[in-house]
Amino acid sequence: MTRSHFSRRGVLKTGAIAGAGLMLPTYLRAQESGFTNAPTGDTVTFGFNVPQTGPYAEEGLDELRAQELAVQHINGEGDGGMLSTFSSKVLDGTGLLGKKVTFVSGDTQTKADVARATAQSMIQKDGCIMITGGSSSSEAIAVQGLCQEAGVIFMAGLTHSNDTTGKDRKRNGFRHFFNAYQSAVALTPVLEKVYGTDRRAYHLTADYTWGWTQQESMAASTEAVGWETVQNVLTPVGAGDFSSYIAPVLNSGADILVLNHYGGDMVNSLTQAVQFGLKGKQVNGKDFQIVVPLYSELMAKGAGSNIEGVYGSMNWNWQLQDAATLAFVKSFGEKYGFPPSNAAHTCYVQTMLYADAVTRAGSFNPCAVVEALEDFEFDGMGNGATLYRASDHQCFKDVLVMQGIASASGNANMVGYDTLSIVETTPRAQVEYADDHPMFAGGTLGECAVGA
Amino acid sequence: MLGLTRKDFTLFAIVVVLALLAPVLLNPFPVNSALGQTFNAGYPALMQRFAIFGILVVGFNILFGLTGYLSFGHAAFLGVGSYAAVWMFKLLSFNIVPAIILSVVVAGLFSVVIGFVSLRRSGIYFSILTLAFAQMSYALAYSVLTPLTNGETGLQVYPSDPQYLAAAGAPSGPHFFGLPMAQATTLRLGDWAFTFQVGYYLCAIMLIAAFYLSIRIFRSPFGMMLRAIKSNQTRMNYTGLNAKPYMLRAFIISGMYAGLAGGLLAAMDPLTGAERMFWTASGEIVVMAILGGVGTLIGPVLGSGVIKYLENIVSKINESVLHNALAFLPDGIENFFVTVIHPFVGEGWHLTLGLLFMVIVIFLPGGLVEGGQRLAGLFGRRSTATTAADRDAARQSPAE
Repeated sequence: MTRSHFSRRGVLKTGAIAGAGLMLPTYLRAQESGFTNAPTGDTVTFGFNVPQTGPYAEEGLDELRAQELAVQHINGEGDGGMLSTFSSKVLDGTGLLGKKVTFVSGDTQTKADVARATAQSMIQKDGCIMITGGSSSSEAIAVQGLCQEAGVIFMAGLTHSNDTTGKDRKRNGFRHFFNAYQSAVALTPVLEKVYGTDRRAYHLTADYTWGWTQQESMAASTEAVGWETVQNVLTPVGAGDFSSYIAPVLNSGADILVLNHYGGDMVNSLTQAVQFGLKGKQVNGKDFQIVVPLYSELMAKGAGSNIEGVYGSMNWNWQLQDAATLAFVKSFGEKYGFPPSNAAHTCYVQTMLYADAVTRAGSFNPCAVVEALEDFEFDGMGNGATLYRASDHQCFKDVLVMQGIASASGNANMVGYDTLSIVETTPRAQVEYADDHPMFAGGTLGECAVGA
Repeated sequence: MLGLTRKDFTLFAIVVVLALLAPVLLNPFPVNSALGQTFNAGYPALMQRFAIFGILVVGFNILFGLTGYLSFGHAAFLGVGSYAAVWMFKLLSFNIVPAIILSVVVAGLFSVVIGFVSLRRSGIYFSILTLAFAQMSYALAYSVLTPLTNGETGLQVYPSDPQYLAAAGAPSGPHFFGLPMAQATTLRLGDWAFTFQVGYYLCAIMLIAAFYLSIRIFRSPFGMMLRAIKSNQTRMNYTGLNAKPYMLRAFIISGMYAGLAGGLLAAMDPLTGAERMFWTASGEIVVMAILGGVGTLIGPVLGSGVIKYLENIVSKINESVLHNALAFLPDGIENFFVTVIHPFVGEGWHLTLGLLFMVIVIFLPGGLVEGGQRLAGLFGRRSTATTAADRDAARQSPAE
């Protein structure tokens, strides 16, 4: 079988030549500009990395709409949206540092692995200078780590886990969205006022980083006002059927059900809890109640009338009446025909904040951008006065406590948008915490990375 | 040469050249041209995947191609390998050598257990057993073994991890004795740019080694025994041979290949999650093998390449890219073409893959390799056609 026509000398020679050929590029390497994907032409590329399929796809698609809108406004197309209300006035609608902004989008399929792959392709192939996105916290944390390694900026979209700016915080990553701890702190005083201090809570929790931190935060803040946590049950993400988890709640002696679920999971678990008759039940002489710590318009839409009376929290809502919100809702509504969700809002704002930071820094260099964003105080983005804290890259701003209500307009297309009403705006001072708070401890930002 | 026949050596040489020159071959268009932005696939992350999934499917083919036993749970070994590698990064250091060795060993041990149980049955029952084991592994990784796997969030390396063997000043990412995987040089030739990355070349060398080993197995007496199992196991039993040990060995080898692929995935990107073990991931491996050509040597490499290309390149063609590409057409016709093509690209790439798969299974049961042979037979000399047909025949009835 074996026939050889190659002499040892021949193989060595060929090997040496091939080796030399492979080494050559080292000497031909062009001097790059000092950081990853420094824009060279007359355009600069953003990467919008969101789930377009999978359980969080609805949120992802809405994020993408807002990001496209933000790019238009930065390039001076459309009505400019929040540019007119933003407290920093350096963006003039002529692109970024004289370059037109373009973008590429990728489908993360709501999977961390795929999100890393699409982000890598954005960085290595499309030359993106900034990545934004994430609808699931595990996705956002995975991509944030990648951006840190690669030396590009990550502007987190929808990610609510404490870990994103807690134990997984990164110097190159920034989060505008609020977090699980802030939700719990804002929500608890309202719950205390409405439901009293003598309550027994049963938690159903999505089994991943966000669910864990959300449950931990809710348990800690409600226990502080006297509630008792009866039990915490972890449920797999995307379980679909939660009846086997909800049935035990009936006999547990609990009188509050806290659903630490999001997206399609929350729609299913809430609907099933209502079908099991939890809402009308009397336990311990009190009305049984359900709480959903994190609300979104798209979830409310899916859950329909089941959310009536249920409390939750939000980062922002289109029904706010400040000038910035009005401008954004008008601009989004004119383009797409319905109001923006709070996921859309945070992505729009993040894109704008990045553009503003680049302009103020006068450079696309990630370290300059990091410096411009750290401890940046701004207003006019729909959340009131806001601070990007330098020590953990978390934004601090007011938090909204929401309650589900019957649709005011009766318009089927507005379900989810007008079935949530703002109960209270929790001021920023109340949701602030130390950057070494136990729920956020264990992380270090590290140094800003420029890659290359 | 190298213990291979001339024909096998040519095939091996082709794979070597393709693997080593991939950064050039996969970037045929200038960087800033529209074609380049859409169709260039020569960026490190994707090339790594080409090589890694090539290794995975080459290994899968040793089991499925030779013995005909269809494992529907191969992704479990990939996932186990990845977890083992990331744990090595967390505990020892970012050096990839212990990580990759452990990932192969752990996947090997894991496949001994699964293989021992699953190989009690054959045919569809074997497939279902492997599928069940893989789904069990997925469920374990996803929720039960959360302290070990970090559940849905995925396992990653934190600065606070012990890394007992980490030397001061070592790279803060996976490295080969100090040579970081992420290190790359870019060669610019006019409008073209080619990126040569250390990580990719490690994967490429592993692919070449894995491919060479697979040729040797295919041509060895052991390989012949596996083919005999495929063609008529009953007859083998009557001649007094016990087929079980051979199958178990094939299963373990194939599991170790998957473990190697998993370890490499982690070495390129030190993070892993349970979704790598999901049954769709196992299904993808089967589709890759069938698409390329089951039982052929080069088929698995082709199949995995095509699917990874569709997944990463075609899935990114969105409406605006289509409009740009077809801008030369009059508006009405342009919109018509965009409407027709759009469902098949972008999010619809699965549809394209499905159609391609159907076409291959119906018209080219031997996969892309058979397609290549037919083309060669059509355009080449007559003798090529006969050899191709001979090889086909030889492949289908090796033991007769």
